[in-house]
Parts: sequence; C-alpha cells; structure tokens
Amino acid sequence: MKKSSLFSLPYIVWSFIFVVIPMLLVIVFAFTTTDGQFTIENISQVSTYTPVFVRSIWLAFLSTVICLILGYPMAFIMSRALPYNRRTLVMLIMLPMWINFLLRTFAWMTLLENNGVINSLITMLGFKPLRMINTQGAVILGMVYNYLPFMIMPLYSVMTKIDNSVIEAAQDLGASSINTFVRVIIPLSLPGITTGITMVFIPAISTFIISRMLGGGSNMLIGDLIDTKFLGNAYNPNLGSAISLVLMVFVLLFMSVLNQFDTSEEKEGMVI
Amino acid sequence: MTQNKWYKKLYISTILAFLYMPIAVLIIYSFNGSKSRTVWSGFSFKWYIELFQDKLIMHSLLNTLIVGLIASVLATILGTAAAVGIYAYRNKVLRSAVMNVTYMPILNPEIVMGVSLLLLFVYAKEKMYVPIELGLTTLIIAHVTFCTPYVILNVLPKLRQMDKNTYEAAMDLGCNPFQSFFKVVVPEIMPGIVTGFLLALTYSIDDFIISYFVSSGATQTLPVTIGSMVRKRISPKINALSTIIFVVVLVVLLIVNFVGAEKEKASMKKVKGGSFR
Repeated sequence: MKKSSLFSLPYIVWSFIFVVIPMLLVIVFAFTTTDGQFTIENISQVSTYTPVFVRSIWLAFLSTVICLILGYPMAFIMSRALPYNRRTLVMLIMLPMWINFLLRTFAWMTLLENNGVINSLITMLGFKPLRMINTQGAVILGMVYNYLPFMIMPLYSVMTKIDNSVIEAAQDLGASSINTFVRVIIPLSLPGITTGITMVFIPAISTFIISRMLGGGSNMLIGDLIDTKFLGNAYNPNLGSAISLVLMVFVLLFMSVLNQFDTSEEKEGMVI
Repeated sequence: MTQNKWYKKLYISTILAFLYMPIAVLIIYSFNGSKSRTVWSGFSFKWYIELFQDKLIMHSLLNTLIVGLIASVLATILGTAAAVGIYAYRNKVLRSAVMNVTYMPILNPEIVMGVSLLLLFVYAKEKMYVPIELGLTTLIIAHVTFCTPYVILNVLPKLRQMDKNTYEAAMDLGCNPFQSFFKVVVPEIMPGIVTGFLLALTYSIDDFIISYFVSSGATQTLPVTIGSMVRKRISPKINALSTIIFVVVLVVLLIVNFVGAEKEKASMKKVKGGSFR
C-alpha cells in the first residue's frame, strides 16, 4: 500500500501552488511597499480602521448569538421528531440554502426598503413608515437569515446522536426540565454548538456584500474594506493584504480558542 | 418530549415563515406587470421573457455550467487520488501537514482565499510573465482549489471503513496494482466520491465571493453577474431568475428525498426480514 501514497503528489503540488503560495503572497504584500521594500507601515495603518473591525466583530457576534438562540430549539425539535417529520423539516431548513445568498439578501432589500413591502403594509394600516434598510439592524437580520441553517444543521446532526434514554434517565432521577437541559442536553450537544458558532461567525465577520446591500454605505465591514482595496476605488493591495492578514489571524485565533471547548475525538490532522 | 404543544408549533411556523417569507415575495413579484417592487399591476410573464433574452445572464449561466462541471470533475479526480495517497501515509508529520493545508480553504474566510488567488494570478502575470488572464482558466483553477478539500474529506472516511485485506486479496489473486485499485478500491469508496463530486458541483455553482475576485468583466459566472445586477437594483429579472432557481432546486430535492425514503423503506424491509428468520 505504501506506493499508493504517491497518488497524493498531484494534489500536494496543486495545493502548494494555489493555497500555500497565495497565502505567502498575502504575507509578503502585507509587509512590503509598492516597490517591494520591507515595511510595517501597512500593518500599523490597519489600526486606523479599528472602528470597522469593532463593528464587524460586534455585528458578527450578535448574529451568531441570535442564530444560536433561534436555531437551538429547532435543532432539538428536529432531532426528536418522527422520521418522516424529521426528513421534511431537514429539507425545509436546507432548501433556502440552495438559493444563492445574493438572491436571498436581495429579497430582504425588497421587503425592508423605505417604500418596500413591509412599509407599504404599515402605511396601509395607517402607521408611519419605519426606516429599516441601511441600518445595522438590517445587516444583522440579513446575516441571521443567511446563516441560520448553518447553525441548525450541525446542532441537529450532533443532537440526533443523543440517546432519548439519557434524557429520560435524568428525568427519572429527579432532574427538572431546566436541569435536564442545562446538565445533560447542552453538554452533549457542545460539539454541535462549537461547529455552529464557527460556521456562522466566520462567514459573518468576513462578509462583504450583505452589509453593502442592507447596511448602505455607512455600515462598512472588514470585507467591504478589503474589497475596496483590491477591486474598488481605494486600490492598495499592500494595505488590503495587511487587513486580510489581520482578519485571517483573528479568525485562526478565534477557532483555536473555540476548539478548546470541543471535546469530540475526530480531529485528525488539526493542529490549530 | 414528543407531544405537539401549541408553543412548539408556533415556534416552528415562525422560523419557517422567517425562512420562506422573502422567497415568497420574490416569487410573487416575479409575475408583476410593472417594474415596481411594491405596487402590483397585474399578472405577467414579461420578466421571464426578458430574462431569457438577456445575453449577459445567459452567457454567465453557460460559464457557470462550464466552470462547475470542469472544476468538479477535476476536483473529484484530484481529491480521490489525494485521499488514497493520504490514507497510505505512515509519516504522521507529513499527514498532519497535508491535512492542515486541506482544511485551509475550508476554514479560511472566503474573501481571504479570493484575494490571495487574485494576488497570485496578478503576480504571475506581471512579475513572472506567465500568460494568464482573469477569466475561465482562473475561475476553474480557483474552483478546483476550494472544491478538492470537500472531495478528500468525503472519500477519506470511506477508505477507513474499507477492509484493507480486500485490496491485498485482489493482488494475491493476480491483479496488478492498477486493476486492484480500480476493481476493488474504487467501487468500495464510490459513495464518498459521488457525495464529494456533488458537493463540489454545488459549491462551484453557488460560489460568489471567490469568483468575484478571480473573474473579469468579460467572463463572469452567474452569481457574479447577479452581484453586479443587485447593486444596480435591476429587480424584476432577478425575481424571475430566483423563481426558476427555486423551482429547480425544489424539484431536485423532492426527487432526492423521495428516492432516499424509498431506499430507507427497502432497507427497513430487509432488516425486518432478517430478524424474522
């Protein structure tokens, strides 16, 4: 069987050229000027964007918490449902995920606009229209809407493995429903919670078009900032690389902290 | 725990309403006669006709299919071969190094992946004089890069479940390594390969962020075109497009679900039959 390890050679070459080298390029660009001189100017300039970073982290954090609160009971109900209902619910949760997120976000634009569907309903009922689009609330709503299934699915797949008899045992031994929940169900679903948080928080913190569509120009996030440095009007790939590098390091740190809570055994090859 | 209390039903319906309300609005307004997104002015198929006459959209749909098929086939071949190789590693350091690189495209924020590939392509062209232009080639390269890890992660578990002795038995019975690989190993890991391929195809067709950075104005995939349309707020055609996508996905999922349910029933019968004997 040893010879067959050679089968991985094309992949190793491929990922070296198209994964490792691009990452190294980001690091090189982050630490050089436009003429290729070494500098830490770019990295130190990132600090001028602290408000953008703080806003991104805060909005991503809020969206993750809301997804967890909204999605946790859903995942639990699904995991305890009868097989037919279970399959139907899984399909209903997955279906919107198959429609491109741009279209889903666009749908919310239609609903939230100043003269959009919700506001026309409100005015029809005789109330004053609300200002909903171009607010931070709209950005959070968009993120929650897009990433909620990413929270529910990992939670659900971990919860299906929780044996009903464990829950019944806790109740038989006199635990209240709150106690059963806190001491049995939450600890057993912890791997799902950490995966769900990762799968919501990381796309949320690095998104760039949801914020522009629902938040208008005033709620710029890290992703939008990177976009303007590479393809936008503020072209500066060196500074853009520095911002990307900071974002990447932050995400890796976040995941390694989160991994400390994950007690599941299948983590092959994961050093971080 | 399994009783259907009223608040449970209310909660489920609220979540589902939240998920489907925007999609319903999109679908309803795709049949609207006027360009307005709020005023209903009669039923019409106008936007569907305009959608199919839009050259840019049709062209980018074709690009999406070309990139999706080529990239997912390449990723499946590359990833399956890689998984077979990784499975055979004896060196733990090498193994964990390769696995970490494999997790990179999955764990790294997509925007960083997109930006890093853009840097590579621009650098290769300007500094190393590699004749590469942003377009179909760069899109395919980028898509293979982020799809292959999903193939590897679906094939590896199947290899682990496989009985190692079957491969050696085939060799003992006179197969050469290639015959025993294609006739014994490949059929065993086929479910993993198929899942990996389908995942790769879905991710490729759906990808916006990475494609946005590695495509050019002339060659775009459908999500990138949608992205630029959405910014200009040209609405009704997008509504029509979303409706078509929704219906296609719904039909595919219903078929998959139905086939899955039938299979499950069949296997249940088998198990039951077995226990009676």
